[in-house]
Amino acid sequence: MTAIGDWPLARRVRAAATRFTTPLLPDDYLTLFNPLWSVRELRGRVVSVTPEAEDAATLVVEPGWGWTFEHTAGQYIGIGVEIEGRFHWRSYSLTTPPARDGRRLVVTVRAMPEGFASRHLVHGIAPGTIVRLAPPQGEFVLPDPLPGKVLMLTAGSGITPIMAMLRTLDRRHGAGSLADVTVVHSAPDAERALFADELELLARRHPGWRVVQRHTATDGRLELAPGPREGSPRADRATGSSPRVGLDDVVPDWRERRTWACGPAAMLDDAEKLWADAGLTEALHLERFSADLSGGEAEGGTITFARSGKTVEVDGATTVLAAGEDAGIPMPFGCRMGICHTCVAPLRTGAVRDLRDGTEHRVAGEGATDSSHIAVQTCVTAAAGDCVIDL
Amino acid sequence: MAISDITEFAHLTEADVEALGEEFDQIRRDVEASRGEADAEYIRSIIRTQRRLNIAGRVALFGSPIPPLWMAGAALLGVAKILENMEIGHNVMHGQWDWMNDPEIHSATWEWDNVCPAEQWKHSHNYLHHTYTNVLGKDKDVGYEILRVTSDQKWNPVNLGQPVFNTLLMLLFQHGVAIHDLDIEGLLRRDIEDPEEFKAKLEQVGRKMRHQMGKDYILFPLLTGPFFLTTLTANMAANLIRNVWSYAIIFCGHFPDGAEVFTESQLEDETSGEWYLRQLLGSANFTGGRLMHVMSGSLGYQIEHHLFPDLPSNRYPEIAERVTAICEKYDLPYTTGSFPKQFWKSIRTIWRLALPNKKFAAEQQAHEAEGLRRENATTTPSAEAAARVAA
Ligand SMILES: Cc1cc2nc3c(=O)[nH]c(=O)nc-3n(C[C@H](O)[C@H](O)[C@H](O)COP(=O)(O)OP(=O)(O)OC[C@H]3O[C@@H](n4cnc5c(N)ncnc54)[C@H](O)[C@@H]3O)c2cc1C
Ligand code: FES
Repeated sequence: MTAIGDWPLARRVRAAATRFTTPLLPDDYLTLFNPLWSVRELRGRVVSVTPEAEDAATLVVEPGWGWTFEHTAGQYIGIGVEIEGRFHWRSYSLTTPPARDGRRLVVTVRAMPEGFASRHLVHGIAPGTIVRLAPPQGEFVLPDPLPGKVLMLTAGSGITPIMAMLRTLDRRHGAGSLADVTVVHSAPDAERALFADELELLARRHPGWRVVQRHTATDGRLELAPGPREGSPRADRATGSSPRVGLDDVVPDWRERRTWACGPAAMLDDAEKLWADAGLTEALHLERFSADLSGGEAEGGTITFARSGKTVEVDGATTVLAAGEDAGIPMPFGCRMGICHTCVAPLRTGAVRDLRDGTEHRVAGEGATDSSHIAVQTCVTAAAGDCVIDL
Repeated sequence: MAISDITEFAHLTEADVEALGEEFDQIRRDVEASRGEADAEYIRSIIRTQRRLNIAGRVALFGSPIPPLWMAGAALLGVAKILENMEIGHNVMHGQWDWMNDPEIHSATWEWDNVCPAEQWKHSHNYLHHTYTNVLGKDKDVGYEILRVTSDQKWNPVNLGQPVFNTLLMLLFQHGVAIHDLDIEGLLRRDIEDPEEFKAKLEQVGRKMRHQMGKDYILFPLLTGPFFLTTLTANMAANLIRNVWSYAIIFCGHFPDGAEVFTESQLEDETSGEWYLRQLLGSANFTGGRLMHVMSGSLGYQIEHHLFPDLPSNRYPEIAERVTAICEKYDLPYTTGSFPKQFWKSIRTIWRLALPNKKFAAEQQAHEAEGLRRENATTTPSAEAAARVAA
């Protein structure tokens, strides 16, 4: 896969063409002819939208010029989709092995109840639509060579990055892989289980793989929270009189396995605790689909939006982004969870704190000049005392 | 601002001012809440049209020795430049389309097709002019630092040359705009406030000029080979068309003949209602069809633009209906007239102000007797407001 930007000659042609198109870029004219002919903002064309299980769909996207990236199984891309005239960015895990279909990006989206962008992607988007793209990223990947024993622990749409990994292993090893891989995947019921058939098929192709598919509506939830077994509130939530099932019951040797887990925040929180209690934090890899903003507590204070001339008083849990939006300031944003950096704004004076890990960003000195500012992600930071944001 | 000092507003109580401020706020909220697909499509279609016109103009000039093609090329390019600078560039840089969350149509990234660097424009126009509208010594649009455009400015024998300076400014308007943000007054006094900044800005202007002039006066003429000279003259004609047109539109609105000028101290403690009133007082519209408004960057809706500089320009017609209703309700001046009439008045007054005040004052009497058509017939056109056409 090569893109125009890769060849030195093409780069020179581009630079020369820009002399003619200035102040615009050649891309701005080329997109008049084909919307994918641009390396300015990465673009892709939705090739197909295939319904998947209940209320989910697999989207195939053909990236345009400028997409020079090869992903690693487990990584995600950003998709910017226009809804009512405005771009909304969300992240989606790629589900196919790298470069398997040449230049095709494949994601599977679950329409969340009331989910603004996900419902549109599953139900509202027509093939042919042009979307914006952000390059693949993420640390949730498998090492090569694979560790001796692997556990994949997933629930709901959390299966997506794992699917990319399993398909990659399947392709790398061919049928009959000897790797010891256990997959435990939970879905509410059979209708809503993503990739159920393919998982069974993979298990049959590889003697060393074991796939456990659980339906929480009938089987109850897989218990991950450590602590007293009797009378745990979680057990009561399991439907019917199904017996409480813990990880020890399903995967007795989980402590010997390197584990990759992806699913709802509550499940991942429980897993983190369980592995930590077992002293095995190192062996657990997590992928979260929503930002965990519980890593730090900010002090709160007043935020002044310099260019809009507005000042608001906020507590330490309100992000700068939310504070600005509440004040009616047009704040740029994308993923709203610290991934895409669309929301970055200059901090002129004062300090903000990153709610994910508690890091403080502070501008030294008062009356800061243009050069002495730092860029902060407004979507994951909150005021740590009084601060001035240049928006 | 002491509202009661100003004839037009003497009848307003404090409660009135607050109430009308709330009504203007409500217009903003309504438009903001209803921005959507149709608005996004409006600006995108204007941008597409502009780029196609540009390409068509460049292509036509491959036959530039043939007079009809020379004329077509110059006209197409001229119109493309006008569209780009006014309805697109000026409005995008105001942030009217930032809500789309599209970095390609965003005030932070837009660079326009003339020799003035966008960054400096955003400072002198968006910030100084729109914040300090008609504040002497702050708003550089009061006379562009070289013309005497209000009798409040002291007369100087140099002003005798005004008709000549004015014509030069018209023909070279893009260059006038390019040095707009520089400390020209300081330069003339041989006392530049911040020499470092002056130098940096000058370099930035130089770079932009090299790119713009290189494109229009060297590269594209060279591209047409033997027709270098005819292509060159056509490109000069295109820039001239744009210069004269944008000068006419902007001077119509920027020329505060007898307008209320304010001092900085009057801005202190200005309430939001008073801010709206100052914008209203300093602006005048001109009438015209849809095409006329698009070609003038919607500055025929100067009043609406000054009240809501960052709402999408395609909404100004509907906003105007609500603004006139408010003006009628509170008995406020709403100045409007035909474009040729407004333009003639501004030129005439610049000529008149070449002479000292005494002479001017007498002539102004006659001038005001003609008055301007008022939407609001109930208001007696007062001396100052009558010809008030500040942008
Ligand atoms: C690394 C990663 C990988 C992921 N992979 C997948 C995947 O493979 N498959 C999958 O289905 N999901 C995946 N997700 C989740 C996905 O990115 C979305 O969060 C999910 O689809 C829900 O989006 P939504 O807009 O429907 O939900 P919403 O709850 O509507 O929106 C989510 C966020 O956007 C904000 N928001 C929503 N609407 C607006 C609005 N109108 N204005 C302002 N803000 C708004 C909300 O405040 C909220 O923070 C992944 C997430 C991450 C972080
Ligand atoms: S919105 Fe994506 S990082 Fe903040």
